Amino acid sequence: MTRSKGLVGRLVVGFTGACAFLSVAAVVWIMATIIWGGHTHLTWAFISQVPSEGMTEGGVFPAIVGTFFLVVIMSLVGVPVGTITAIYLSEYVGRQSKMAQVIRFAVNTLAGIPAIVFGLFGLGFFVQFSGNSLDKIFYHGALHWAQPNILWASLTMALLTLPVVIVSVEEAIKTVPQDLREASLALGATRWQTIRKVVLPGSMGGILTGAILAVSRGAGEVAPILFTGAAYFLPQLPHRFTDQFMELGYHVFIMTTQSTDVEKTLPIQYATTLVLLLLTFTLNFSAIALRARIRRRRVAA
Amino acid sequence: MKLQSITTGLLLGALSLSSAGTITVKGSDTMVILAQRWAEAYMADHTGVTIQVTGGGSGVGISALINGATDICNASRPMKASERESLKSRYSSLGVEIKSAKDGLSVYLNDQNSLEGLTMAQLKDIYTGKIKNWKEVGGSDAKIVVYGRENSSGTYVFFRDNVLKGEDYVSSMQSLPGTAAVVNAVAKDPLGIGFGGAAYGKGIKFAKINGIAPSAETVKNGTYPLTRYLYMYLRSRPTGEMKQYIDWILSPAGQEIVTKVGYFPVR
Amino acid sequence: MPKKRTEKKTFRLGEFLIERCIQGVALISLLFICLIFVFVFREAFPLFTGQAKEPVAQADVGASETYGEEPGAALTVDHPELEQKQEPFKARHLLAKEWQPVSLNPKYGLLPLLWGSLKVTLVALLLAGPIGIFAALYTSSFAPRWAREGMKPVIEILAGFPSVVIGFFALVILASLLQRFFGFQYRLNAFTGGLAMAFAVIPIIYTVSEDALAAIPKTLTEASLALGATKWETALFVVLPAATPGIFAAVLLGFGRAFGETMIVLMATGNAAILTASLTDPVRTLSATIGAEMAEVVFGDIHYRVLFFIGALLFIISFGLNAIAEFFVRNRLMKRFKGI
Repeated sequence: MTRSKGLVGRLVVGFTGACAFLSVAAVVWIMATIIWGGHTHLTWAFISQVPSEGMTEGGVFPAIVGTFFLVVIMSLVGVPVGTITAIYLSEYVGRQSKMAQVIRFAVNTLAGIPAIVFGLFGLGFFVQFSGNSLDKIFYHGALHWAQPNILWASLTMALLTLPVVIVSVEEAIKTVPQDLREASLALGATRWQTIRKVVLPGSMGGILTGAILAVSRGAGEVAPILFTGAAYFLPQLPHRFTDQFMELGYHVFIMTTQSTDVEKTLPIQYATTLVLLLLTFTLNFSAIALRARIRRRRVAA
Repeated sequence: MKLQSITTGLLLGALSLSSAGTITVKGSDTMVILAQRWAEAYMADHTGVTIQVTGGGSGVGISALINGATDICNASRPMKASERESLKSRYSSLGVEIKSAKDGLSVYLNDQNSLEGLTMAQLKDIYTGKIKNWKEVGGSDAKIVVYGRENSSGTYVFFRDNVLKGEDYVSSMQSLPGTAAVVNAVAKDPLGIGFGGAAYGKGIKFAKINGIAPSAETVKNGTYPLTRYLYMYLRSRPTGEMKQYIDWILSPAGQEIVTKVGYFPVR
Repeated sequence: MPKKRTEKKTFRLGEFLIERCIQGVALISLLFICLIFVFVFREAFPLFTGQAKEPVAQADVGASETYGEEPGAALTVDHPELEQKQEPFKARHLLAKEWQPVSLNPKYGLLPLLWGSLKVTLVALLLAGPIGIFAALYTSSFAPRWAREGMKPVIEILAGFPSVVIGFFALVILASLLQRFFGFQYRLNAFTGGLAMAFAVIPIIYTVSEDALAAIPKTLTEASLALGATKWETALFVVLPAATPGIFAAVLLGFGRAFGETMIVLMATGNAAILTASLTDPVRTLSATIGAEMAEVVFGDIHYRVLFFIGALLFIISFGLNAIAEFFVRNRLMKRFKGI
C-alpha cells in the first residue's frame, strides 16, 4: 500500500515536474533556435544600416529607430496616465469602493482585449475620427492627420500597455509602508503632499518597472500598428508625428511573408527576430530584476 | 507643391503633403520592391528629391490617391470604374494612368512535381476546386494542395478575373499574406501549387501555361497568357519634379531596373 | 474643524482640484473601454440598419488619361477587371458557410472563421491547459526552492516573447518539423497554429493558476497533512480542488488570449476558410481575417463593416470571458475561504 502510494506520489511529482520542465524547455528551444539562426548575421552593420537592394540586403536601422520612437511616444503618454490611475486606485479610494472596483474591472478588461481590436479601434477612433476632426478644424478638411501615422500608432499602443503600467505601479505603491504615510499626514501634510513627497519617491522603482514592461510589450506587438502607422519600407526616418514608420515586429512579419527571395533573406529574418527578441528579453529581464529588488525591500520593511 | 493646385484647384489635400521635393508613392505590395529600387536609384542621382514608398496593396494605394494621401499610386490592376468615379467626384479628373512595367504572373510548382505545365482550363479547375488530384492533370496520384494570395491583393483579383473568369476560389485554398509566403509554402510542399509575381519566384519552378513558359519574350509579346501591366496612377498630368521622375522611370535607365527586379519593361 | 477649513480654504481648494484631476485621469481607462465599444460597434452598426453602402450601378465613367505610352506601340491584351455585383446585405448573410468577401458575388459567412478560431483555441488550450496548471501545481506544492524561484522569471520571459516571434518560429521551424514528424497533409494547419499558440497561452494559465494555488490557506494544507495525507495527496485532492475557481478563471483567460491572438495564426494556420472537422486542416481565424484583409478594404463598404463586426465579436467575447473570470476569482474564491 505505502509502496504503491509512494510510486503514485513519485509519478505525480514527476508528471507535474515534467510540465514545468516543458514550459522552461519551450523558452529555451525558441530562444536557442533564433539565436542559432541569427547570431552570425547580427553584426554592427546589420543594426546600423538601412535595408537595401529591395530589402534583400542591408540592415534594420530604420526599424529600430521606428520602434524606439513608437515606444517613447507611447511611454510619454501611457506612463503618466497609468501612474496617476494607480495612485488614485491605491491612495484615494478604498479597495472595496464601487469606484475602485469599476475602474479595476475596466483595467482588467482592457488587458484582455485582443491586440487586433486595439488596431481596429486605433483606425476607427484615432485615424478616422480624431484625424478627420483635426483636419476639419485646422486644415479645412485637407488630409493631414486622418491617415496612419506614428502618433496614432503610439497612442493605440499606449492604450494597450496601460494596464501593464497600472498593475506595476500599484504593486510598488503597496510597498510604501503605511507608517510613513501616517507620519506624513500626522505632521500636517495634505494627502497630495504625502503622495508627492512620500508615496511617489517610494514607488519610483515600480513606475520604472511598469514603464519597462510596457515598452517591452509595445515593442513586441504588431497587430495594433498594422493599420495605424507601420510601413513596409521608408527611405526616411520619421521626423514628424504625421510620418509613418518602420517597426521591428512588423519588419519580421513582412520579411517572412513578403520578401523577394525567401531563402536569401532567411538570415535577415532570423537576425531581425533576434534583435526583437533580445530587445524584449533585456527589457523584461531588467524589469524582473528591478521588481525582485522592490519585493525584497517590502519583505525587509 | 504648386503643380496640382494649378490643374485642379481642389487639391488642398495634396498641398500639405507634397511639400517641395517630396513625392509619396503608395500601393501594390507586388510593386513595392520595384518602386523602392526606382526611388533608391533616382534619389542617388537627384539630390534634394525625396521619394517615400509605402506598400499596403493596390486598393490602399488607390484610396490614398482618392483621399489625397499619396501623389503616386502603384497598382497591379487597373482602376475600377467605381474608383475612377470617386476620383472624379473629388477632383473632377479621371486620373492619369501610366503603364510602368509588365509582369508575368507565375504559377509555381514544387521542384519535385513531374508536371511541366498546365492549361488555363486546368488551372481554372484546380483553383475553383473541380480538380482535386494531380492525377487528373497528368501528375501523380496525390491530392493537390492549393495556395494563393490573400484577397486583399491585386494579384488575387487579377487571377480571379482572368483565370477563374470571375468564379470563386475553392475555399480550401490557403491564402498567405504575401507572395514570399506562397513561394515558401510551395517550395516546402511537393504537392503544392501557388501563384504570384515573377519577381518573387526563386527556389521553385514556374509552370508553363498553355505550353508557354513565362520569359521576357513571351511576356513582352503577350503570348504568355498571364501577362499584366503594373500601373502607376496620378491625379493629374505630371509636371515639374513629378514629370521628371515619371519620365525617368519610363526611360531606359528606369526600365533597366524593371528587368533587374524580375519584371519586364514596357518598351 | 469648520474653523480650520476656513483658515486653509485656498489650500484645500488646490487639494480638491488635484484630487479631481487624478480622478479624471483614473477614469480614462473606463472612458476608453466605452470608446472602444462605441467605435468598433459604430463602424459595424450600419450592417444591421440596412444602411451599409451598396455599390451604385455604374454608368461608364470613361477611361483615365494615359501618359508616356509610345504612339503606335503594339498594346498587348489588357484584362479588364470584372466589377462585382452585390445584392443588398442582410444580417443573416453572416451565418452563411462561406467566406468569400472579394468575389463577384461576395459571401460574408462567419461560420468557417468562428470554427477556425475555435479549433485553434481548442488545440492551444488542450496543450497549454494541463501544462500550465500542472506546472503551477508543481511549483506551488512540490518544487524545491530554487526551482520555484527560477520558474517565475522563465515564465515571464515566455510571456514576453512577442507573438510575431512565436509566429516566425512556428512558420519557419515548427511547421516543417511537425509535418515531417506526424506526416500532416498540410504544412500549415490548425494543430500547428494551436501548438504555437500554446506557447503564448502557457504563461497566462500558469500565472493565474499559480496565484490561485498560492492563495489556498496554509491551514488547509496543514490540516490535510496532519490527517496523514501525503504531500501529493494533499496537492491533488485538497489544494487543487480548492483552487478550482481560480484555475477555471485561468483557463478562461487563456481562452480569451488564444481566441484573439492575431500574428501567430496569421502566419501559421494556412488561412483557408473551410468548415471541416479535422484539426490538421488549414483554418482561417476571425482575428487573422481582420489582420489580413483590413488594410485593403474600401472604408465604409460592406466588407469593411463586416471586419469591424468581427472586431466587435472579439471585443464582446473577451469582455465576457474577463467578466466571468473576474467573478470566479473574486467572489467564489473569497466566499469559499470565508466559509471555511
